[in-house]
Amino acid sequence: MAFSNEQIERYSRHIILKEIGAKGQKKLLNAKVLIIGAGGLGAPVAMYLAAAGVGTIGIADADEVDLSNLQRQIIHATKDVGKPKVISAKETMNEMNPDVTVNTYHTFVTSENIRELIREYDFIIDGTDNFPAKFLINDACVMEKKPFSHAGIIRFKGQLMTYVPGEGPCYRCVFKNPPPKDAVPTCKQAGVVGAMGGVIGSLQAMEAIKYIIGQGKLLTGSLLTYDALNMDFRKVSLPKHTENCPVCGTHPTITELIDYEQAECDGAL
Amino acid sequence: MSDFKIDDSVDITDVVCPTTFVKAKVALEELDDGQILSIKLNDGEPVQNVPRSIKEEGHQILKLLDNGDGTYELIVKKVGD
Repeated sequence: MAFSNEQIERYSRHIILKEIGAKGQKKLLNAKVLIIGAGGLGAPVAMYLAAAGVGTIGIADADEVDLSNLQRQIIHATKDVGKPKVISAKETMNEMNPDVTVNTYHTFVTSENIRELIREYDFIIDGTDNFPAKFLINDACVMEKKPFSHAGIIRFKGQLMTYVPGEGPCYRCVFKNPPPKDAVPTCKQAGVVGAMGGVIGSLQAMEAIKYIIGQGKLLTGSLLTYDALNMDFRKVSLPKHTENCPVCGTHPTITELIDYEQAECDGAL
Repeated sequence: MSDFKIDDSVDITDVVCPTTFVKAKVALEELDDGQILSIKLNDGEPVQNVPRSIKEEGHQILKLLDNGDGTYELIVKKVGD
């Protein structure tokens, strides 16, 4: 595939970089990334990956755009209220960069459909807002041997980690099970600053880009936490690989996916 | 120009900085180690900056020929793959 003059200009700031160049840009154009959740985290991830020229981006979300989403979900506009989030997201992404093929999945991601869904992608982004989905994505990615970026944001705090098969712990190695439902604040009690999605989501996009171009060090084996009020980033080293992890350990006890019951209104976004 | 066996050529007189260098870099990336690219570029900013940037990338500048019409031919040998 040869670049058009327009592509050379569009991606010039990538191609100039030694770590990317024309080869890296081609890798991006040939890459397939699935974003689960088109909300506070998924919005900046989808926009940066589309702008970067990631050739195929899947986006899964069952919700419609609500006025209360617009404070942080910057891929959607006021005119999009009521529209499926995946459609609104696709429109924004295509306007930004017509090079990108956007596949939309206007559906809940469940134990029934997730394995098939992630199978055709190279890298998965967890942009979900609840623990059952986070464990489901982790377990499915371990089973399908897919790398993914986990992230969560709430109030003024956020965290992320990257899982690459065979290169460090999975989400379940670190967080064994979803917390009890009554331990999770409801969204009304919690709240989140919109820019939190921008900070953490942009880091997720960066991890996906680094994975695709094969440069630098990923956030495997570490958890990065961000405390916005205290302006504190911490990179916490994680135990290498948990032998007895129920999903990625030597003798896994979880061999089928689990749909955990979801608290009525989970707090993490 | 007959001194060299030109493997490929690229015209960057139709674009401006930094696309000049980017277009040349893309053309170089298509070549194999040791192959030779001829780059047609404009006088002024391109001829001042593009050869320098290409050198910084580790490639070898073989010759700069003045076409006498405000353009130059820059002959570059690709180093590395």
